[in-house]
Amino acid sequence: MKFRSYLFSLLALVLALTLSLAIGSVFLSPLELWAALTGHGTQTSAAILWSIRLPRTALIALTGMALSGSGAAYQGLFRNPLADPFLIGVASGAGLGAVIAMSVKWPYTFWGLMAIPMSAFVAALLTVLIVYSLARVGKTVPTTNLILAGVAFSSFATSLTSFLMLRSTGEVRRALGWLLGGASQSGWTAILAIAPYLFIGLGILIFSGHAMNLLQFGDDQAQQLGLNVTRAKTILLIASSLATAAAVAFSGIIGFVGLIVPHIMRLWWGADYRRLIPLSIISGATALLISDIIARVVLAPQEIPVGIVTALAGAPFFLWVLRRAKNQGYW
Amino acid sequence: MLKIESLSVNYGSRRVLHDASLDVQSGEVLALIGPNGAGKSTLIRAVSGVIPMQSGHVRTNGDDFNALSPMQRARYIATVPQAVSLPPAYTVWETVLLGRTPYLNFLGQPSQKDEDLARRALDRVSALTLAERRVGELSGGEGQRVLLARALCQSTPILLLDEPTAHLDLQYQVSLLELVRELAHHDGLAVLIALHDLNLAAKYADRIALLVGGEIKASGKPEQVLRPDLIEAAYCLPVRVIKHPFSDIPLVLPESRK
Repeated sequence: MKFRSYLFSLLALVLALTLSLAIGSVFLSPLELWAALTGHGTQTSAAILWSIRLPRTALIALTGMALSGSGAAYQGLFRNPLADPFLIGVASGAGLGAVIAMSVKWPYTFWGLMAIPMSAFVAALLTVLIVYSLARVGKTVPTTNLILAGVAFSSFATSLTSFLMLRSTGEVRRALGWLLGGASQSGWTAILAIAPYLFIGLGILIFSGHAMNLLQFGDDQAQQLGLNVTRAKTILLIASSLATAAAVAFSGIIGFVGLIVPHIMRLWWGADYRRLIPLSIISGATALLISDIIARVVLAPQEIPVGIVTALAGAPFFLWVLRRAKNQGYW
Repeated sequence: MLKIESLSVNYGSRRVLHDASLDVQSGEVLALIGPNGAGKSTLIRAVSGVIPMQSGHVRTNGDDFNALSPMQRARYIATVPQAVSLPPAYTVWETVLLGRTPYLNFLGQPSQKDEDLARRALDRVSALTLAERRVGELSGGEGQRVLLARALCQSTPILLLDEPTAHLDLQYQVSLLELVRELAHHDGLAVLIALHDLNLAAKYADRIALLVGGEIKASGKPEQVLRPDLIEAAYCLPVRVIKHPFSDIPLVLPESRK
């Protein structure tokens, strides 16, 4: 059945969402959740659900969608299985922006609280712009140049970030916590801030599957078949970077999800990007939700940064999936 | 028909094609021959629009291709590239369907008509049985046939082929070239094909153009172009040209260098 993949992925997502809403310092059973959602529950459960659980779950889900969708798009764009959404500097730029913002004592107002995520967002987009301009040759943007410029600029930004962290020892732990990723700063404001960028970016990616399939055959063949290659690549780059920057701004740098989830989707459902991108988006949310649940539960009441869990749990899972894959040519 | 007028192409500051002019009529096969590095691939890539040209025009019935978008151009010209590595995970069927891109919307959903055309194209190159195979599992000859099927799917009046027989054995060389000739004579396509084998060019092309050092040195019927003096100057090798013992075409026999 053609829609089996979507059915399975959506079911998994619904399960992960329910678990994420249920689990915490107070366990809310599905019945209580349903009651609270429909306005029939107790005051406490409604408060827990609407002020704490829902925004956090939504943020995690959206972040997972952004990272995984962009990861799939980057892998297709660069035709490289090692590509992840941070390849051309979004993460290092965001980290630098955040750490610079952390060295300032912002007032405890709405804008003061938004200062760090906003700096991270702006810095991330600036980085992509710089890398893109550095990589451009005439009217085209060769992928190799993009990767090289991205890697070089990332190293530069990361070193600068480390240097700044070393110089302000008081802020190091806070900066490190941010860099390792997690939904510590969540709330409906965060969701409202990133949602437009996410929906624009991911919306574009969902409809770009056909163009991505064409790009897998190389720029020449894609152009000969009718694709405006430079325009397509630019749009894809902007869309992915928008989504990733927005996600990173509020959730920090959560690695592994953007790299691995697309590969698992490929192994299970094939390489057609028209399906791969939507499936990666759905399953990215599921993967990050599960990681976040683990992060909350394992050392409760302390929370491990999600970025640690995604790598520690994600790596063995991916290796298991890889070993079980019978078909060789999945890439 | 395809009209190439005074085409000049640079790689950086180096000029690789000088003022090349060629006409390919509908219903004919024009073979582009010449030594390595002469610019055959460059010419084909410039005509298909993937590399920019410094000067010159490429037209069909009045329309200048430079004024067209890649999508519009793809409805006029289909290209079969030189032996390329294809992304191994895609199936033959998916690959050939991509040939319908110029007629699909941006979502790329094919209609029944698109699928019928793809099926017919695969049948024509005798690759219908390969439809569900992954492209990474194909041999060189099978891969080349799939690329030709994809180009046929594009339903274009002009077909460009860049050394399609380079890695094929004798059987596939002949079957591919026979199909190419049929596409021109029977279906009315204008076919420009770069070939390195002079005798295959003599046998399957209606006209030949000799490209040396970026310039068209001669063009015309096989016996007009495959002359000992022209071939020797182009390939820096003494040759003997005789009449083919069983047909009316020239046969080029290389001599050893002394």
